[in-house]
Amino acid sequence: MAAKKPVRWHIAVFLAPALAVYTAIMIIPLFGTLNLSLFNEEGNVRVFVGLRNFITLFGDPLWSNAFWNALGNNAWFFLVHMLVQNPIGVALAAILSSPRLRMAVFYRTAIFVPTILSFVIVGFVWKLILSPIWGIAPGMLDMIGLKSLFAPWLGKEEYALTTLALISVWQFVGIPMMLIYAALLSIPDEVLEAAEMDGITGASQFWKIKLPLILPSIGIISILTFVGNFNAFDLIYVAQGALAGPDYATDILGTFLYRTFFGFQLQLGDPYMGSAIAGAMFAIILLGVCVYLFGIQTRLRRYQF
Amino acid sequence: MAAARLSKGRTIAAHAILITYTLIALFPVFVTVINSFKSRKAIFADPLALPWPEHFDLVGYQTVLKQGDFLGYFQNSLIVTCVSLFFVLLFGAMAAFALSEYRFKGNTLMGLYLALGIMIPIRLGTVAILELMVAAGLVNTLTALILVYTAQGLPLAVFILSEFMKSVSDDLKNAGRIDGLSEYAIFFTLILPLVRPAMATVGVFTMIPIWNDLWFPLILAPAEEVKTVTLGSQIFIGQFVTNWNAVLASLSLAIVPVLVLYLIFSRQLIRGITAGAVK
Repeated sequence: MAAKKPVRWHIAVFLAPALAVYTAIMIIPLFGTLNLSLFNEEGNVRVFVGLRNFITLFGDPLWSNAFWNALGNNAWFFLVHMLVQNPIGVALAAILSSPRLRMAVFYRTAIFVPTILSFVIVGFVWKLILSPIWGIAPGMLDMIGLKSLFAPWLGKEEYALTTLALISVWQFVGIPMMLIYAALLSIPDEVLEAAEMDGITGASQFWKIKLPLILPSIGIISILTFVGNFNAFDLIYVAQGALAGPDYATDILGTFLYRTFFGFQLQLGDPYMGSAIAGAMFAIILLGVCVYLFGIQTRLRRYQF
Repeated sequence: MAAARLSKGRTIAAHAILITYTLIALFPVFVTVINSFKSRKAIFADPLALPWPEHFDLVGYQTVLKQGDFLGYFQNSLIVTCVSLFFVLLFGAMAAFALSEYRFKGNTLMGLYLALGIMIPIRLGTVAILELMVAAGLVNTLTALILVYTAQGLPLAVFILSEFMKSVSDDLKNAGRIDGLSEYAIFFTLILPLVRPAMATVGVFTMIPIWNDLWFPLILAPAEEVKTVTLGSQIFIGQFVTNWNAVLASLSLAIVPVLVLYLIFSRQLIRGITAGAVK
Protein backbone atom coordinates (compact mmCIF):
# COMPACT_ATOMS: atom_id res chain seq x y z
CA MET A 1 0.00 0.00 0.00
CA ALA A 2 1.14 3.47 -0.80
CA ALA A 3 0.60 4.68 2.75
CA LYS A 4 3.31 2.33 4.07
CA LYS A 5 6.22 4.18 2.53
CA PRO A 6 9.13 4.55 4.95
CA VAL A 7 8.77 8.32 5.30
CA ARG A 8 5.30 9.62 4.73
CA TRP A 9 6.09 13.16 3.70
CA HIS A 10 2.50 13.97 2.90
CA ILE A 11 1.61 13.89 6.61
CA ALA A 12 4.16 16.60 7.26
CA VAL A 13 2.93 18.60 4.27
CA PHE A 14 -0.65 18.41 5.50
CA LEU A 15 0.25 19.45 9.03
CA ALA A 16 2.94 22.04 8.35
CA PRO A 17 0.95 25.17 7.40
CA ALA A 18 -1.51 24.98 10.29
CA LEU A 19 1.21 24.09 12.75
CA ALA A 20 3.49 26.88 11.55
CA VAL A 21 0.91 29.67 11.77
CA TYR A 22 -0.53 28.41 15.04
CA THR A 23 2.86 28.03 16.68
CA ALA A 24 4.32 31.29 15.41
CA ILE A 25 1.35 33.58 16.05
CA MET A 26 -0.31 31.94 19.02
CA ILE A 27 1.87 29.61 21.08
CA ILE A 28 5.19 31.46 20.89
CA PRO A 29 3.64 34.89 21.70
CA LEU A 30 1.67 33.30 24.53
CA PHE A 31 4.83 32.00 26.14
CA GLY A 32 6.68 35.12 25.04
CA THR A 33 4.20 37.17 27.05
CA LEU A 34 4.57 34.91 30.08
CA ASN A 35 8.34 35.24 29.72
CA LEU A 36 8.14 39.01 29.34
CA SER A 37 6.35 39.25 32.67
CA LEU A 38 9.65 38.30 34.32
CA PHE A 39 11.47 41.27 32.82
CA ASN A 40 11.47 45.00 33.26
CA GLU A 41 13.23 47.99 31.83
CA GLU A 42 15.99 49.83 33.58
CA GLY A 43 17.40 52.75 31.64
CA ASN A 44 16.21 51.42 28.27
CA VAL A 45 17.76 48.01 28.88
CA ARG A 46 15.62 44.95 29.36
CA VAL A 47 16.65 43.20 32.56
CA PHE A 48 15.50 40.02 34.21
CA VAL A 49 13.67 40.79 37.45
CA GLY A 50 12.21 37.41 38.35
CA LEU A 51 8.85 37.65 40.03
CA ARG A 52 9.20 41.31 40.96
CA ASN A 53 6.44 42.40 38.56
CA PHE A 54 4.07 40.00 40.26
CA ILE A 55 5.16 41.23 43.67
CA THR A 56 4.34 44.77 42.53
CA LEU A 57 1.02 43.61 41.08
CA PHE A 58 -0.07 41.90 44.28
CA GLY A 59 1.88 43.87 46.87
CA ASP A 60 1.84 47.51 45.80
CA PRO A 61 -1.57 48.88 46.83
CA LEU A 62 -1.59 51.10 43.74
CA TRP A 63 -1.63 47.98 41.57
CA SER A 64 -3.18 45.38 43.81
CA ASN A 65 -6.29 47.45 44.54
CA ALA A 66 -6.93 47.82 40.81
CA PHE A 67 -6.23 44.14 40.22
CA TRP A 68 -8.52 42.81 42.95
CA ASN A 69 -11.20 45.28 41.91
CA ALA A 70 -11.00 44.01 38.33
CA LEU A 71 -10.95 40.38 39.43
CA GLY A 72 -13.91 40.87 41.78
CA ASN A 73 -15.89 42.64 39.07
CA ASN A 74 -15.00 39.88 36.64
CA ALA A 75 -16.19 37.23 39.08
CA TRP A 76 -19.51 39.04 39.47
CA PHE A 77 -19.75 39.41 35.68
CA PHE A 78 -19.29 35.64 35.37
CA LEU A 79 -21.76 34.88 38.16
CA VAL A 80 -24.48 36.94 36.49
CA HIS A 81 -23.92 34.98 33.28
CA MET A 82 -24.12 31.65 35.09
CA LEU A 83 -27.24 32.60 37.04
CA VAL A 84 -29.14 34.38 34.29
CA GLN A 85 -27.83 33.49 30.84
CA ASN A 86 -27.50 29.74 31.21
CA PRO A 87 -30.85 29.03 32.94
CA ILE A 88 -32.68 31.20 30.39
CA GLY A 89 -30.82 29.42 27.59
CA VAL A 90 -31.75 26.00 28.95
CA ALA A 91 -35.38 27.03 29.47
CA LEU A 92 -35.70 28.42 25.94
CA ALA A 93 -34.09 25.31 24.48
CA ALA A 94 -36.43 23.06 26.47
CA ILE A 95 -39.46 24.92 25.16
CA LEU A 96 -38.09 25.04 21.61
CA SER A 97 -37.46 21.32 21.52
CA SER A 98 -40.99 20.37 22.48
CA PRO A 99 -42.47 18.23 19.71
CA ARG A 100 -44.74 19.75 17.06
CA LEU A 101 -43.99 23.30 18.07
CA ARG A 102 -44.80 25.57 15.16
CA MET A 103 -42.48 28.36 14.07
CA ALA A 104 -39.55 26.88 16.02
CA VAL A 105 -37.21 27.86 13.17
CA PHE A 106 -38.39 31.46 13.34
CA TYR A 107 -37.92 31.68 17.11
CA ARG A 108 -34.45 30.23 17.19
CA THR A 109 -33.33 32.38 14.25
CA ALA A 110 -34.68 35.54 15.92
CA ILE A 111 -33.31 34.79 19.39
CA PHE A 112 -29.86 34.17 17.93
CA VAL A 113 -29.75 37.59 16.18
CA PRO A 114 -28.10 39.55 19.04
CA THR A 115 -25.26 37.00 19.18
CA ILE A 116 -24.09 37.83 15.67
CA LEU A 117 -24.03 41.60 16.24
CA SER A 118 -20.75 43.22 17.15
CA PHE A 119 -20.08 44.59 20.63
CA VAL A 120 -19.91 48.06 19.14
CA ILE A 121 -23.49 47.85 17.97
CA VAL A 122 -24.74 46.18 21.14
CA GLY A 123 -22.94 48.59 23.43
CA PHE A 124 -24.16 51.73 21.70
CA VAL A 125 -27.70 50.54 21.11
CA TRP A 126 -28.17 49.76 24.79
CA LYS A 127 -26.48 52.98 25.79
CA LEU A 128 -29.05 54.84 23.71
CA ILE A 129 -31.99 52.86 25.06
CA LEU A 130 -30.94 53.27 28.68
CA SER A 131 -29.99 56.90 28.24
CA PRO A 132 -31.99 59.27 30.43
CA ILE A 133 -31.89 61.86 27.62
CA TRP A 134 -33.55 59.82 24.91
CA GLY A 135 -35.77 58.05 27.30
CA ILE A 136 -36.98 54.82 25.70
CA ALA A 137 -36.38 52.93 28.93
CA PRO A 138 -37.97 55.57 31.25
CA GLY A 139 -40.81 56.02 28.76
CA MET A 140 -41.57 52.31 28.71
CA LEU A 141 -41.38 52.02 32.48
CA ASP A 142 -43.77 54.96 32.63
CA MET A 143 -46.25 53.07 30.46
CA ILE A 144 -46.50 50.29 33.02
CA GLY A 145 -46.47 52.75 35.91
CA LEU A 146 -42.99 51.98 37.18
CA LYS A 147 -41.22 55.17 36.20
CA SER A 148 -39.94 55.63 39.74
CA LEU A 149 -37.74 52.55 39.23
CA PHE A 150 -35.74 54.20 36.49
CA ALA A 151 -32.18 55.25 37.19
CA PRO A 152 -29.30 56.03 34.84
CA TRP A 153 -28.14 52.47 35.34
CA LEU A 154 -24.94 52.70 33.30
CA GLY A 155 -23.85 55.80 35.16
CA LYS A 156 -24.33 54.60 38.72
CA GLU A 157 -21.52 52.75 40.40
CA GLU A 158 -23.77 50.27 42.13
CA TYR A 159 -25.72 49.25 39.00
CA ALA A 160 -23.35 49.75 36.07
CA LEU A 161 -21.57 46.39 36.19
CA THR A 162 -24.74 44.36 36.63
CA THR A 163 -26.39 46.29 33.81
CA LEU A 164 -23.48 45.55 31.49
CA ALA A 165 -23.49 41.89 32.51
CA LEU A 166 -27.19 41.70 31.69
CA ILE A 167 -26.59 43.36 28.32
CA SER A 168 -23.95 40.72 27.65
CA VAL A 169 -26.43 38.03 28.72
CA TRP A 170 -28.96 39.49 26.29
CA GLN A 171 -26.38 39.23 23.55
CA PHE A 172 -25.14 35.70 24.20
CA VAL A 173 -28.16 33.78 25.42
CA GLY A 174 -28.39 32.28 21.93
CA ILE A 175 -25.27 30.17 22.42
CA PRO A 176 -26.41 28.08 25.43
CA MET A 177 -29.84 27.90 23.84
CA MET A 178 -28.47 26.40 20.62
CA LEU A 179 -26.07 23.97 22.28
CA ILE A 180 -28.70 22.70 24.71
CA TYR A 181 -31.25 22.53 21.92
CA ALA A 182 -28.87 20.30 19.96
CA ALA A 183 -28.27 18.13 23.02
CA LEU A 184 -32.00 17.77 23.65
CA LEU A 185 -32.66 16.79 20.05
CA SER A 186 -30.03 14.08 20.23
CA ILE A 187 -31.82 12.23 23.03
CA PRO A 188 -33.21 9.12 21.32
CA ASP A 189 -36.97 8.80 20.98
CA GLU A 190 -36.90 5.35 22.58
CA VAL A 191 -35.69 6.79 25.87
CA LEU A 192 -38.48 9.36 25.92
CA GLU A 193 -41.07 6.81 24.85
CA ALA A 194 -39.97 4.49 27.62
CA ALA A 195 -40.36 7.38 30.06
CA GLU A 196 -43.85 8.01 28.78
CA MET A 197 -44.75 4.36 29.20
CA ASP A 198 -43.77 4.75 32.83
CA GLY A 199 -45.97 7.82 33.09
CA ILE A 200 -43.20 10.39 33.24
CA THR A 201 -44.21 13.29 31.02
CA GLY A 202 -44.03 17.05 30.84
CA ALA A 203 -42.00 18.89 33.44
CA SER A 204 -41.03 15.81 35.44
CA GLN A 205 -39.76 14.25 32.21
CA PHE A 206 -37.51 17.27 31.79
CA TRP A 207 -36.13 17.18 35.33
CA LYS A 208 -35.78 13.40 35.64
CA ILE A 209 -34.84 12.25 32.14
CA LYS A 210 -33.63 15.09 29.95
CA LEU A 211 -31.68 17.22 32.42
CA PRO A 212 -29.36 14.41 33.54
CA LEU A 213 -28.73 13.57 29.88
CA ILE A 214 -27.76 17.14 28.93
CA LEU A 215 -25.50 17.78 31.96
CA PRO A 216 -22.32 17.31 29.90
CA SER A 217 -23.52 20.05 27.53
CA ILE A 218 -24.23 22.33 30.47
CA GLY A 219 -20.68 21.65 31.65
CA ILE A 220 -19.25 22.66 28.28
CA ILE A 221 -21.36 25.82 28.28
CA SER A 222 -20.13 26.72 31.75
CA ILE A 223 -16.49 26.48 30.78
CA LEU A 224 -17.10 28.39 27.53
CA THR A 225 -18.82 31.12 29.57
CA PHE A 226 -15.94 31.15 32.03
CA VAL A 227 -13.24 31.54 29.38
CA GLY A 228 -15.29 34.10 27.46
CA ASN A 229 -16.02 36.22 30.54
CA PHE A 230 -12.51 36.26 31.95
CA ASN A 231 -11.20 37.43 28.62
CA ALA A 232 -14.01 39.91 27.88
CA PHE A 233 -13.12 43.45 26.95
CA ASP A 234 -15.06 44.81 23.99
CA LEU A 235 -18.45 45.51 25.55
CA ILE A 236 -17.03 47.39 28.53
CA TYR A 237 -14.65 49.33 26.30
CA VAL A 238 -17.44 50.37 23.94
CA ALA A 239 -19.97 51.27 26.61
CA GLN A 240 -17.74 52.78 29.31
CA GLY A 241 -14.40 53.47 27.62
CA ALA A 242 -10.96 52.25 28.61
CA LEU A 243 -11.35 53.79 32.07
CA ALA A 244 -14.29 51.46 32.75
CA GLY A 245 -16.23 54.13 34.58
CA PRO A 246 -17.92 55.24 36.71
CA ASP A 247 -14.84 55.24 38.94
CA TYR A 248 -13.59 51.83 37.72
CA ALA A 249 -16.85 50.21 38.84
CA THR A 250 -17.00 48.19 35.61
CA ASP A 251 -13.29 47.49 35.29
CA ILE A 252 -12.64 43.84 34.44
CA LEU A 253 -9.38 42.03 33.71
CA GLY A 254 -9.58 42.69 29.96
CA THR A 255 -9.91 46.47 30.31
CA PHE A 256 -7.27 46.51 33.06
CA LEU A 257 -4.87 44.64 30.78
CA TYR A 258 -5.58 47.01 27.89
CA ARG A 259 -5.02 50.15 29.97
CA THR A 260 -1.85 48.80 31.49
CA PHE A 261 -0.04 47.50 28.47
CA PHE A 262 -1.31 49.83 25.77
CA GLY A 263 -1.67 52.99 27.82
CA PHE A 264 -4.46 55.54 27.66
CA GLN A 265 -4.67 59.29 27.79
CA LEU A 266 -1.63 60.36 29.85
CA GLN A 267 -0.54 57.01 31.20
CA LEU A 268 2.16 55.35 29.12
CA GLY A 269 1.85 51.71 28.17
CA ASP A 270 3.87 49.26 30.25
CA PRO A 271 4.40 45.96 28.40
CA TYR A 272 6.06 44.33 31.42
CA MET A 273 3.25 44.95 33.89
CA GLY A 274 0.81 44.19 31.07
CA SER A 275 2.47 40.81 30.62
CA ALA A 276 2.23 40.20 34.34
CA ILE A 277 -1.53 40.84 34.21
CA ALA A 278 -1.83 38.60 31.15
CA GLY A 279 0.09 35.97 33.12
CA ALA A 280 -2.35 36.25 36.00
CA MET A 281 -5.28 35.94 33.57
CA PHE A 282 -3.61 32.91 32.00
CA ALA A 283 -3.33 31.29 35.43
CA ILE A 284 -6.98 32.03 36.23
CA ILE A 285 -8.25 30.63 32.93
CA LEU A 286 -5.96 27.60 33.18
CA LEU A 287 -7.23 26.96 36.70
CA GLY A 288 -10.83 27.15 35.51
CA VAL A 289 -10.18 24.82 32.59
CA CYS A 290 -8.39 22.32 34.86
CA VAL A 291 -11.22 22.39 37.40
CA TYR A 292 -13.59 21.67 34.56
CA LEU A 293 -11.51 18.94 32.91
CA PHE A 294 -10.51 17.05 36.04
CA GLY A 295 -13.11 18.02 38.59
CA ILE A 296 -16.35 18.26 36.64
CA GLN A 297 -16.09 16.58 33.27
CA THR A 298 -14.78 13.27 34.57
CA ARG A 299 -17.56 13.08 37.15
CA LEU A 300 -20.39 13.75 34.74
CA ARG A 301 -21.90 10.55 33.54
CA ARG A 302 -22.06 10.26 29.81
CA TYR A 303 -24.64 8.04 28.22
CA GLN A 304 -23.93 6.23 25.00
CA PHE A 305 -26.92 5.38 22.91
CA MET B 1 -41.51 12.13 18.47
CA ALA B 2 -44.83 10.55 18.09
CA ALA B 3 -46.62 10.02 21.35
CA ALA B 4 -45.99 13.26 23.15
CA ARG B 5 -48.71 15.68 22.23
CA LEU B 6 -48.88 18.95 24.01
CA SER B 7 -52.10 20.12 25.48
CA LYS B 8 -53.50 23.34 24.13
CA GLY B 9 -52.77 25.38 27.24
CA ARG B 10 -49.16 24.31 27.28
CA THR B 11 -48.73 25.15 23.61
CA ILE B 12 -50.09 28.64 24.16
CA ALA B 13 -47.82 29.14 27.16
CA ALA B 14 -44.81 27.96 25.15
CA HIS B 15 -45.59 30.39 22.34
CA ALA B 16 -46.17 33.23 24.79
CA ILE B 17 -42.76 32.73 26.38
CA LEU B 18 -40.99 32.41 23.05
CA ILE B 19 -42.71 35.47 21.57
CA THR B 20 -41.83 37.51 24.66
CA TYR B 21 -38.21 36.53 24.41
CA THR B 22 -38.12 37.12 20.66
CA LEU B 23 -39.40 40.65 21.29
CA ILE B 24 -36.70 41.21 23.91
CA ALA B 25 -34.07 39.97 21.46
CA LEU B 26 -35.23 42.03 18.50
CA PHE B 27 -36.56 45.18 20.16
CA PRO B 28 -33.27 47.11 20.49
CA VAL B 29 -32.35 46.42 16.88
CA PHE B 30 -35.82 47.39 15.72
CA VAL B 31 -35.85 50.66 17.67
CA THR B 32 -32.46 51.65 16.28
CA VAL B 33 -33.36 50.99 12.69
CA ILE B 34 -36.76 52.75 12.72
CA ASN B 35 -35.41 55.81 14.49
CA SER B 36 -32.56 56.17 12.03
CA PHE B 37 -35.14 57.18 9.43
CA LYS B 38 -36.74 59.90 11.52
CA SER B 39 -36.16 63.59 12.01
CA ARG B 40 -34.41 64.65 15.19
CA LYS B 41 -37.60 65.99 16.71
CA ALA B 42 -39.52 62.77 16.07
CA ILE B 43 -36.74 60.65 17.56
CA PHE B 44 -37.24 62.34 20.89
CA ALA B 45 -40.96 63.00 20.74
CA ASP B 46 -42.03 59.44 20.10
CA PRO B 47 -39.17 56.96 19.88
CA LEU B 48 -41.43 53.95 19.43
CA ALA B 49 -43.40 55.26 16.42
CA LEU B 50 -42.69 53.98 12.94
CA PRO B 51 -41.09 56.49 10.54
CA TRP B 52 -44.33 57.78 8.99
CA PRO B 53 -43.91 60.12 6.00
CA GLU B 54 -44.27 63.30 8.06
CA HIS B 55 -41.28 62.37 10.25
CA PHE B 56 -39.29 60.62 7.57
CA ASP B 57 -35.80 62.04 7.32
CA LEU B 58 -32.52 60.74 5.92
CA VAL B 59 -30.36 63.45 7.44
CA GLY B 60 -28.52 60.91 9.60
CA TYR B 61 -27.49 58.82 6.62
CA GLN B 62 -26.43 61.91 4.69
CA THR B 63 -24.14 62.97 7.54
CA VAL B 64 -22.64 59.52 7.88
CA LEU B 65 -21.97 59.00 4.19
CA LYS B 66 -20.43 62.46 3.87
CA GLN B 67 -18.11 62.15 6.85
CA GLY B 68 -17.01 58.61 7.39
CA ASP B 69 -15.15 56.40 4.99
CA PHE B 70 -17.52 53.52 5.57
CA LEU B 71 -16.93 51.99 2.17
CA GLY B 72 -13.20 51.77 2.88
CA TYR B 73 -13.82 50.21 6.29
CA PHE B 74 -16.14 47.64 4.75
CA GLN B 75 -13.53 46.77 2.18
CA ASN B 76 -10.89 46.25 4.89
CA SER B 77 -13.20 44.07 6.97
CA LEU B 78 -14.16 42.06 3.93
CA ILE B 79 -10.54 41.45 2.90
CA VAL B 80 -9.45 40.50 6.42
CA THR B 81 -12.41 38.20 7.00
CA CYS B 82 -12.34 36.44 3.62
CA VAL B 83 -8.59 35.87 3.48
CA SER B 84 -8.39 34.64 7.11
CA LEU B 85 -11.38 32.40 6.47
CA PHE B 86 -9.74 30.91 3.38
CA PHE B 87 -6.54 30.07 5.27
CA VAL B 88 -8.36 28.74 8.33
CA LEU B 89 -10.44 26.41 6.18
CA LEU B 90 -7.59 25.25 3.94
CA PHE B 91 -4.92 24.78 6.63
CA GLY B 92 -7.46 23.53 9.13
CA ALA B 93 -8.83 20.89 6.75
CA MET B 94 -5.33 19.74 5.80
CA ALA B 95 -4.26 19.35 9.43
CA ALA B 96 -7.55 17.70 10.34
CA PHE B 97 -7.08 15.21 7.51
CA ALA B 98 -3.57 14.36 8.66
CA LEU B 99 -4.73 13.86 12.25
CA SER B 100 -7.82 11.83 11.45
CA GLU B 101 -6.50 9.72 8.57
CA TYR B 102 -3.00 8.63 9.47
CA ARG B 103 -1.61 6.84 12.46
CA PHE B 104 1.78 8.23 13.28
CA LYS B 105 3.92 8.87 16.30
CA GLY B 106 2.73 11.86 18.26
CA ASN B 107 -0.69 11.98 16.62
CA THR B 108 -2.61 12.35 19.90
CA LEU B 109 -0.07 14.80 21.26
CA MET B 110 -0.37 16.94 18.13
CA GLY B 111 -4.15 16.92 18.46
CA LEU B 112 -3.93 18.06 22.07
CA TYR B 113 -1.38 20.72 21.17
CA LEU B 114 -3.71 22.18 18.56
CA ALA B 115 -6.73 21.88 20.87
CA LEU B 116 -4.98 24.02 23.49
CA GLY B 117 -5.94 27.10 21.51
CA ILE B 118 -9.66 26.37 21.89
CA MET B 119 -9.48 26.98 25.62
CA ILE B 120 -6.67 29.52 25.96
CA PRO B 121 -7.60 32.80 24.27
CA ILE B 122 -5.04 34.26 21.87
CA ARG B 123 -5.58 37.69 23.45
CA LEU B 124 -3.38 36.73 26.39
CA GLY B 125 -0.42 36.77 24.04
CA THR B 126 -1.17 40.26 22.75
CA VAL B 127 1.88 41.93 24.29
CA ALA B 128 4.27 39.59 22.49
CA ILE B 129 2.16 39.60 19.31
CA LEU B 130 2.47 43.38 19.18
CA GLU B 131 6.24 43.14 19.66
CA LEU B 132 6.41 40.50 16.94
CA MET B 133 4.41 42.63 14.50
CA VAL B 134 6.51 45.70 15.30
CA ALA B 135 9.66 43.70 14.65
CA ALA B 136 8.25 42.34 11.39
CA GLY B 137 7.09 45.80 10.31
CA LEU B 138 3.51 44.61 10.02
CA VAL B 139 1.84 47.10 12.36
CA ASN B 140 -1.03 48.90 10.61
CA THR B 141 -1.28 46.33 7.86
CA LEU B 142 -4.14 44.00 7.09
CA THR B 143 -1.59 41.16 6.94
CA ALA B 144 -1.06 41.39 10.70
CA LEU B 145 -4.78 40.96 11.32
CA ILE B 146 -5.03 38.10 8.82
CA LEU B 147 -2.17 36.23 10.49
CA VAL B 148 -3.65 36.66 13.96
CA TYR B 149 -7.14 35.61 12.93
CA THR B 150 -5.85 32.60 11.02
CA ALA B 151 -4.04 31.41 14.14
CA GLN B 152 -7.10 32.18 16.25
CA GLY B 153 -9.48 30.22 14.04
CA LEU B 154 -7.33 27.13 13.43
CA PRO B 155 -7.77 25.20 16.72
CA LEU B 156 -11.57 25.00 16.55
CA ALA B 157 -11.50 24.35 12.80
CA VAL B 158 -9.09 21.42 13.18
CA PHE B 159 -11.14 20.02 16.05
CA ILE B 160 -14.53 20.14 14.29
CA LEU B 161 -13.22 19.07 10.88
CA SER B 162 -11.29 16.09 12.19
CA GLU B 163 -14.42 14.85 13.98
CA PHE B 164 -16.21 15.02 10.64
CA MET B 165 -13.42 13.43 8.65
CA LYS B 166 -13.37 10.42 10.95
CA SER B 167 -16.86 9.62 9.73
CA VAL B 168 -15.85 9.45 6.02
CA SER B 169 -15.76 5.81 5.01
CA ASP B 170 -12.36 4.13 4.59
CA ASP B 171 -13.60 2.15 1.60
CA LEU B 172 -13.86 5.29 -0.47
CA LYS B 173 -10.33 6.38 0.32
CA ASN B 174 -8.93 2.90 -0.26
CA ALA B 175 -10.74 2.67 -3.58
CA GLY B 176 -9.04 5.92 -4.51
CA ARG B 177 -5.66 4.52 -3.47
CA ILE B 178 -6.19 1.38 -5.55
CA ASP B 179 -6.99 3.61 -8.49
CA GLY B 180 -3.58 5.16 -8.00
CA LEU B 181 -4.60 8.52 -6.57
CA SER B 182 -1.95 10.26 -4.52
CA GLU B 183 -2.72 11.21 -0.92
CA TYR B 184 -3.03 14.83 -2.04
CA ALA B 185 -5.50 13.92 -4.76
CA ILE B 186 -7.54 11.91 -2.25
CA PHE B 187 -7.68 14.91 0.05
CA PHE B 188 -8.56 17.51 -2.56
CA THR B 189 -10.87 15.50 -4.83
CA LEU B 190 -12.51 13.00 -2.46
CA ILE B 191 -12.48 14.39 1.07
CA LEU B 192 -12.92 18.12 0.62
CA PRO B 193 -16.18 17.86 -1.36
CA LEU B 194 -17.55 15.42 1.22
CA VAL B 195 -16.93 17.65 4.23
CA ARG B 196 -18.36 20.78 2.61
CA PRO B 197 -21.24 21.05 5.12
CA ALA B 198 -18.78 20.94 8.00
CA MET B 199 -16.63 23.53 6.26
CA ALA B 200 -19.63 25.85 6.03
CA THR B 201 -20.27 25.49 9.75
CA VAL B 202 -16.65 26.15 10.64
CA GLY B 203 -16.73 29.06 8.23
CA VAL B 204 -19.63 30.77 9.96
CA PHE B 205 -18.17 30.12 13.41
CA THR B 206 -14.84 31.57 12.33
CA MET B 207 -16.28 34.51 10.48
CA ILE B 208 -18.46 36.10 13.18
CA PRO B 209 -15.76 36.72 15.80
CA ILE B 210 -13.33 37.99 13.14
CA TRP B 211 -15.81 40.46 11.68
CA ASN B 212 -16.85 41.69 15.13
CA ASP B 213 -13.43 41.84 16.79
CA LEU B 214 -12.40 45.16 18.27
CA TRP B 215 -9.33 44.18 20.30
CA PHE B 216 -6.81 43.38 17.56
CA PRO B 217 -7.78 46.16 15.11
CA LEU B 218 -7.49 48.60 18.02
CA ILE B 219 -4.01 47.39 18.94
CA LEU B 220 -2.48 46.15 15.68
CA ALA B 221 -4.10 48.27 12.97
CA PRO B 222 -5.63 51.52 14.20
CA ALA B 223 -4.53 53.62 11.21
CA GLU B 224 -7.24 55.24 9.10
CA GLU B 225 -6.56 53.32 5.88
CA VAL B 226 -6.61 49.87 7.51
CA LYS B 227 -9.48 50.35 9.97
CA THR B 228 -12.05 47.60 9.99
CA VAL B 229 -15.73 48.43 10.05
CA THR B 230 -16.05 47.48 13.73
CA LEU B 231 -13.25 49.80 14.81
CA GLY B 232 -14.30 52.44 12.30
CA SER B 233 -17.85 52.62 13.54
CA GLN B 234 -16.70 52.60 17.17
CA ILE B 235 -14.54 55.68 16.65
CA PHE B 236 -16.99 57.30 14.28
CA ILE B 237 -19.94 56.92 16.63
CA GLY B 238 -17.78 58.24 19.44
CA GLN B 239 -17.34 61.50 17.52
CA PHE B 240 -21.06 61.98 17.05
CA VAL B 241 -22.30 61.32 20.57
CA THR B 242 -24.68 64.26 20.44
CA ASN B 243 -25.77 63.89 16.82
CA TRP B 244 -28.43 61.27 17.37
CA ASN B 245 -29.45 61.04 13.74
CA ALA B 246 -25.93 60.23 12.68
CA VAL B 247 -25.37 57.75 15.52
CA LEU B 248 -28.57 55.85 14.75
CA ALA B 249 -27.84 55.86 11.02
CA SER B 250 -24.32 54.55 11.44
CA LEU B 251 -25.53 51.85 13.83
CA SER B 252 -28.13 50.79 11.29
CA LEU B 253 -25.50 50.73 8.55
CA ALA B 254 -23.39 48.46 10.75
CA ILE B 255 -26.29 46.16 11.62
CA VAL B 256 -27.91 45.61 8.24
CA PRO B 257 -25.11 43.84 6.31
CA VAL B 258 -24.47 41.42 9.18
CA LEU B 259 -28.18 40.77 9.53
CA VAL B 260 -28.59 40.04 5.82
CA LEU B 261 -25.61 37.68 5.83
CA TYR B 262 -26.99 35.96 8.91
CA LEU B 263 -30.41 35.45 7.36
CA ILE B 264 -28.79 33.92 4.28
CA PHE B 265 -26.54 31.58 6.27
CA SER B 266 -28.67 30.96 9.35
CA ARG B 267 -29.83 27.55 8.16
CA GLN B 268 -26.23 26.50 7.64
CA LEU B 269 -25.23 27.86 11.02
CA ILE B 270 -28.04 26.24 12.95
CA ARG B 271 -27.66 22.99 11.06
CA GLY B 272 -23.99 23.08 11.99
CA ILE B 273 -24.62 23.63 15.68
CA THR B 274 -27.23 20.92 15.82
CA ALA B 275 -25.21 18.66 13.49
CA GLY B 276 -25.62 15.02 14.29
CA ALA B 277 -28.55 15.81 16.50
CA VAL B 278 -31.19 16.00 13.80
CA LYS B 279 -31.69 12.48 12.67
